[in-house]
Amino acid sequence: MASSIATGSGGHDALRFYLTKTAQFILVLATTLLGLIAVTFFIGRVVPIDPVLAIVGDRAPPQVYARVRQELGLDLPLIQQFWIYLKKAVVGDFGNSVLTTNPVMTDIKNAFPATFELATLGTLIGTLIGVPLGVLAAVKRGSLLDQFVRFIGLAGYSIPIFWLGLMSLLLFYAKLGWVPGPGRIDVAYSYLYTPVTNIVLLDTAMQGQWDAFWDAASHIVLPACLLGYFSLAYISRMTRSFMLNELAQEYVIAARVKGLSEMRVIWRHALRNAAVPLITVIALSYANLLEGSVLTETVFAWPGLGQYITNSLQNADMNAVLGGTLVIGTAFVVLNLVSDLLYRLLDPRTR
Amino acid sequence: MAGSPALSEPTGWRAWLLSAEPHSRWQARLGRFYLGWRSFTRNPLAVVGLAIVLLLILVALFANYIAPYSPIVGGDLRTQRLLPPSETFWLGTDDQARDIFSRIVYGSRITLFVVVLVSIIATPIGLLVGTVSGYLGGWVDTVLMRITDIFLAFPRLVLALAFVAALGPGIENAVIAIAITSWPPYARIARAETLMIRNSDFIAAVKLQGASTPRIIFGHVIPLCLSSVIVRVTLDMAGIILTAAGLGFLGLGAQPPQPEWGAMVATGRNYLIDQWWVAAMPGIAIFVVSLGFNLLGDGLRDVLDPKAAK
Repeated sequence: MASSIATGSGGHDALRFYLTKTAQFILVLATTLLGLIAVTFFIGRVVPIDPVLAIVGDRAPPQVYARVRQELGLDLPLIQQFWIYLKKAVVGDFGNSVLTTNPVMTDIKNAFPATFELATLGTLIGTLIGVPLGVLAAVKRGSLLDQFVRFIGLAGYSIPIFWLGLMSLLLFYAKLGWVPGPGRIDVAYSYLYTPVTNIVLLDTAMQGQWDAFWDAASHIVLPACLLGYFSLAYISRMTRSFMLNELAQEYVIAARVKGLSEMRVIWRHALRNAAVPLITVIALSYANLLEGSVLTETVFAWPGLGQYITNSLQNADMNAVLGGTLVIGTAFVVLNLVSDLLYRLLDPRTR
Repeated sequence: MAGSPALSEPTGWRAWLLSAEPHSRWQARLGRFYLGWRSFTRNPLAVVGLAIVLLLILVALFANYIAPYSPIVGGDLRTQRLLPPSETFWLGTDDQARDIFSRIVYGSRITLFVVVLVSIIATPIGLLVGTVSGYLGGWVDTVLMRITDIFLAFPRLVLALAFVAALGPGIENAVIAIAITSWPPYARIARAETLMIRNSDFIAAVKLQGASTPRIIFGHVIPLCLSSVIVRVTLDMAGIILTAAGLGFLGLGAQPPQPEWGAMVATGRNYLIDQWWVAAMPGIAIFVVSLGFNLLGDGLRDVLDPKAAK
């Protein structure tokens, strides 16, 4: 944006440049989060459910109704209500869930690690397979492998994730028996370890419960591969296009003329330059997986944030829905902006 | 479809279309369209995509003639429940003894309804926000783009979920929710195009002739932004279908007994292991249709927006 600031080369200017960038970053983050909170607040107000009635029941006398209404702050002007909502949301107070009677934040803290575990593993699979595939497709442009990568990408953009999840359960669980059914860990193992981080793979490994670890691993492998596939579809397609761009640059020709091996030219020189935009892509796909987990978790009965939101939705538990939306939204916004920031920091051309 | 390659000079109507000196605006427009069509049909995958989309439209239009059974009223519950695919029931029957093929055929209407309505709502919003923001600049630009960025940063499905939760489940609310979350990219594209158009000479000429700002935006800027935005909308249609199907799968889209494909997959989930076709068939329909829109969008992009193609 404000690239004219950085024309000077002194350390003072560079510092000022980073300060301006950081200030801009914080401002963008703050306005976006404010917008997010405003939208969830707005959604909470248009809900046809009367929150007072939900508490007092429809046979309460008018005085009780009026008192509860006042206690909930619903008699205040809208802008004041928003201010209260905002103050609470900032410290993570989203009220209590009707369904579990816990504070929504406690529920979210329990559910988030499961989603985090799944999305992280998915992104890891997608990156480790997607980047090499994309590079090979760009190097061997037009080959069978290139067509294959194109097909994987297209299918990934077109297949409904919940349907592929069901079909993979049908094949690998029901027909082949390779993986256990839906769920996070077998009940038999669930008392063998104490949840510390709530990331089952980490907890069981740290406590040396290897049987439980392998059981958890066999449960996560199918949903993680599924999410991994969707992230792979996106990452390999973007890697291919970045690499094609880099391989057409003059420095690649120069490196070849210098007599460097093709391996070195591709993996050390070209990929290194393609890596900067790739980081953005990987962060974006990670953010998408956090969101995509809503459907995957429903299919695999995975006790994460997505399932929490859908369960609450079906029970008209608005506090829980809005709290969950806000948390996923915040993670999404932060990941988006961090990827943007990383791009600017790592790529000297954007300075 | 692709005519034989013109080895000699084109003759007849082709000569008229390819004429270097068109005599009317219409001739020039048709000529450009013809050239675009020729480069479009050179891409076989794009033609496949177009065929799938046309098929969807035809099936939706003539659903009552194509479907052999009613999509809502089932057959005999004792003898025709959950039957495997056969000659009488091509894709089997579901738990209410309804013919799955007929339901998929009628479901195409819902899919088309969602896609068309979302594009009709979201495209004008995006175009208007983007062109006004880009043309006027200044604080209007800052405010509008800030709002766009906020909406762009939202997770789409989760936000649609929250909206549907607030408005109540149903296909119309799903459409509104998806439309609210899909206009921001169109605004960004329209703004980028407007910034390039804004300073061109012909806009200065129109301005000197005394055209008002709305006239310039509606009459001159928006038509030039249309092609890039249309390409983006077509590419998004697969995503719209998938989001709508996802909402349906979660029970938040079209309500039973409407034959919505996502909701049909959700029903099939209960019979997954023994009666796999109940869940599998509607899912294949979703896959084929979104694949069609993706292929068509890729093809259109190559023709209309060669810069973005890679």
